[in-house]
Amino acid sequence: MSILDKYETVIGLEVHVELHTKSKIFCGCSTSFGAPPNTHTCPICLGHPGVLPVLNRQAVEYAMKAAMAINCEIAEWCKFDRKNYFYPDSPKAYQISQYHQPIGRNGWIDIEVNGETKRIGITRLHLEEDAGKLTHTGGGQGSLVDLNRAGTPLVEIVSEPDIRSPEEAKAYLEKLRAIMQYCGVSDVKMEEGSLRCDANISLRPRGQQAFGTKTELKNMNSFRGVQRGLEYEQLRQAEELESGRRIVQETRRWDEALGRTVSMRSKEEAHDYRYFPDPDLVRLHIDEAWKARVRASIPELPDARKARYTAEYGLPAYDAGVLTSSVKIADLFEESLKYTTDAKASANWIMGDLLGYLNQNNLEIEDVKLTGQGLGEMIRLIEKGTISTKIAKTVFKAMVETGKSPQQIVEEQGLVQISDEGAILSVVDAVIAANPQSVEDYRGGKEKALGFLVGQVMKETKGKANPGLVNKLLIERLKS
Amino acid sequence: MSITVQEVEHVADLARLALSDDEKWQFAGQLSAILKYAEKLNELDTEGVEPTSHVLPLANVMREDEPRPSWPIGQVTANAPEEEDGQFRVPAVLE
Amino acid sequence: MSLFELRLSEIHNRLHHKTLSVSELTEASFRRIRETDDRIGAFLTLNEEEARRQAKELDDRLAAGAERGLLFGLPAGIKDNIVTEGLRTTCASRFLSNYNPIYDATVMKKLKAAQAVTIGKLNMDEFAMGGSNENSAFHPTRNPWDTERVPGGSSGGSAAAVAAGQVYFALGSDTGGSIRQPAAYCGVVGLKPTYGLVSRFGLVAFASSLDQIGPLTKNVEDAAYVLQAIAGHDPLDSTSADVDIPDYIAALTGDVSGLRIGVPKEYMGEGIDPAVKERVLEALKVFESMGAAWEEVSLPHTEYAVAAYYLLASSEASSNLARFDGVRYGVRAADPDNLLDLYRRSRSEGFGPEVKRRIMLGTYALSSGYYDAYYKKAQQVRTLIKRDFDRAFERYDVIIGPTAPTPAFRIGEQIGDPLTMYMNDICTIPVSLAGVPAISVPCGFADGLPVGLQIIGKPFDEVTVLRAAHAYEGRTEHHKQRPPLTL
Repeated sequence: MSILDKYETVIGLEVHVELHTKSKIFCGCSTSFGAPPNTHTCPICLGHPGVLPVLNRQAVEYAMKAAMAINCEIAEWCKFDRKNYFYPDSPKAYQISQYHQPIGRNGWIDIEVNGETKRIGITRLHLEEDAGKLTHTGGGQGSLVDLNRAGTPLVEIVSEPDIRSPEEAKAYLEKLRAIMQYCGVSDVKMEEGSLRCDANISLRPRGQQAFGTKTELKNMNSFRGVQRGLEYEQLRQAEELESGRRIVQETRRWDEALGRTVSMRSKEEAHDYRYFPDPDLVRLHIDEAWKARVRASIPELPDARKARYTAEYGLPAYDAGVLTSSVKIADLFEESLKYTTDAKASANWIMGDLLGYLNQNNLEIEDVKLTGQGLGEMIRLIEKGTISTKIAKTVFKAMVETGKSPQQIVEEQGLVQISDEGAILSVVDAVIAANPQSVEDYRGGKEKALGFLVGQVMKETKGKANPGLVNKLLIERLKS
Repeated sequence: MSITVQEVEHVADLARLALSDDEKWQFAGQLSAILKYAEKLNELDTEGVEPTSHVLPLANVMREDEPRPSWPIGQVTANAPEEEDGQFRVPAVLE
Repeated sequence: MSLFELRLSEIHNRLHHKTLSVSELTEASFRRIRETDDRIGAFLTLNEEEARRQAKELDDRLAAGAERGLLFGLPAGIKDNIVTEGLRTTCASRFLSNYNPIYDATVMKKLKAAQAVTIGKLNMDEFAMGGSNENSAFHPTRNPWDTERVPGGSSGGSAAAVAAGQVYFALGSDTGGSIRQPAAYCGVVGLKPTYGLVSRFGLVAFASSLDQIGPLTKNVEDAAYVLQAIAGHDPLDSTSADVDIPDYIAALTGDVSGLRIGVPKEYMGEGIDPAVKERVLEALKVFESMGAAWEEVSLPHTEYAVAAYYLLASSEASSNLARFDGVRYGVRAADPDNLLDLYRRSRSEGFGPEVKRRIMLGTYALSSGYYDAYYKKAQQVRTLIKRDFDRAFERYDVIIGPTAPTPAFRIGEQIGDPLTMYMNDICTIPVSLAGVPAISVPCGFADGLPVGLQIIGKPFDEVTVLRAAHAYEGRTEHHKQRPPLTL
């Protein structure tokens, strides 16, 4: 029995999602990624004396959309507050955020772990502005400030402490990411910083109601990092408790390279943010009509889509889950079904060959040229017998890499399957003649010899012979 | 309400001000006097009174999501006390 | 200075008939400044080269017969907390002594569209915090009526420059009385518009929910012109009101018959100089003679206004001034050891004692555990004060009283005691908290020093305020008095 059986883990996640509006939340500077430092700035986002913020309507609507998609109650009245603190990446020395009246409250999302569905509560979702980027120059000489990112709209989503394991945390993060992606409000890429996650984690003896002392975890920059960071911290806390020591309430940084969490001791002084309503921004009144308009713009969300896939296409829950984990993959799948009715085949090609290819080459679906139409048509070609499943693998890879239609690829590479019995028979006869030993082995009862002979026919025909036919004809010939 | 020198130090810290000992004493006295005067407000019963954070009843002031030209980098760094490759330079952040 | 004594319409007339040029007006301004500013100290930065270029351009336009803007050719002084692109803007602070703005305040764009000429930047109390202009990091400004006395603050430079005839008009800013009180002390007209009427974009923020830009002029008509040019909704200011702008100039009918005036007893009680009270009562008689009627009214929460104001304004200011950290602009401390040292020393070296005091007060009021007791309480009291005005305006068209309890005091007299200094704003602060418009007009003298009459109006009713002020002015000679300096 591990020490973790003695303790129950309690996790809450704080997720920041960058909203992909075209301009910043309080000024007209572009939010596009990767510009040279400080070339997407103006007096407003630079925090010059005398400037004032004006709210971006699209940021509000994206925030509303996101909040509704995670089942939050939308505030009828909300406002902005100033969060006051000094840091070089914060040009006004305060962040415009929402403290007292956030845009969304009391939401939830469902996650699936080990075949069980669990509901994770969401305390709040609020709108705020992002800070700039600080890069530390070598040798502790100083830091450089780039304010291109300052003023990008963010929503902060705070979960209830309902998560009970690092695995659940990962599932929560993945589901949240999928929902945001489906809504089209963000690119949600952790590696680009458009999705960020901090965690609060504590342990308590099983059966105890009161929460234990929590630590805050930061610097987890990937899904795996989140899970590993939490796994490490969970164990660390358990070991501390078992040794009779108390957990220090502190902020710890996940060090991916070292594989452990490190105390950020200098942050132990609690910040006094001195929140007060921002006098430069007026209140937001969100009426029923506005809510209805935004609600109508929310597409079918992952859970609903998944349920439809199991119901409509008879796909197993697991398959439906994988297909709907990314909106682009789900879209590709459905597109393919305009060209073939074999949903299971399409699902298999996607889950197996496509995802395999993407993982192996560290790519995203946006990076490859495969279309749903191509996939669907390819499956039809297999159904018609024009190509074998084996040949299709070659075709598939070519489609992924070039985006050409399967018909084009088959033609260009001469991959049409040979289904002419006469043509196959002549090769079968030639192979039988050339391999007397195997023939004898087979006739003597060694089934494996057949496989060898089939392989030889396939080799002779450069894999293009219809394998089913080859099998049938070989057996006929061998038996005769 | 009397403000101690320690409280003055804490507030100066929050406000990123460095005060001399003389200044700390002086501020402790002056701020105490001002806050004592401000205690006058406690004479008023404000139960149920809405705080005024904005004197005009404005709501929903927003702009469309249209990118506007940013400022040229030369102007952005024109007033920078220290600048390197278009970025603002600051001394090491004590982490 | 005789040219600036001409009515605005007369100046435009002469410009039109080419008996006067914009360049002459501009030169007259600079000449006057050379003659008087070593004694007054109204200016921090002069805009000589650019002003002359502007003047020449306007003269060329005149020659070409192009249409003239509302304030065509008029030399203007700009308070140094209004951001002027390419022209140093310091807020009278050491921290910004080297700040060269990269954008123009909205009011500056409007002044340029109206074709005024920017003569230079005017002295003030640092970051608009003060009532005497003694808090400038550079030098105090002196009252042209008596150079041993303060011109008032924080728009001390603006009021003094107009009183001394250095500019035709000035722009100032008012948070708790900073246009009106110096106007009263210097014997000129000063108008604080309704909160939200004039854009704050480009006004370096002191207390965001109270700040407003307004004109200082030698008479009410000029104030109406300037207001006409600068008022209006600004999409860059979320707190800017989207209201129709009336014709303020046409409102100057001279007719106040039937005007109902309320005079708050709290503005005429103890603490107000008896001579000041006398001037106000005399002014009320003038109103009566024009067919207006006045009555005593009570604004019962007046005595709480100063406390509420200082808590609110300082709290907002402590946050607004946090951006002055030495990272992106401003004077940075030399050789900082680390980031914390950079922040602390740049700010401590850059800010004067009054600024530090208010930042400290505001930080304290907002800090953990104190928010409800101080900030929130002050906001609730603000509601009560606003209600006092709402109630009074159900029965009266305007509210009249003195602008300040006393005339100008001596330089150095009050600077040692912040609380005493704060009490000078007792008549102007409640108006700011309520967000309503008010004008100060000269109404006579006390011991040879100007006294101001404050006329307060309903929200967005500058038309009535200006009409009342203009009618009163027409019946008196006070506004025509000039400081001995000018003779």
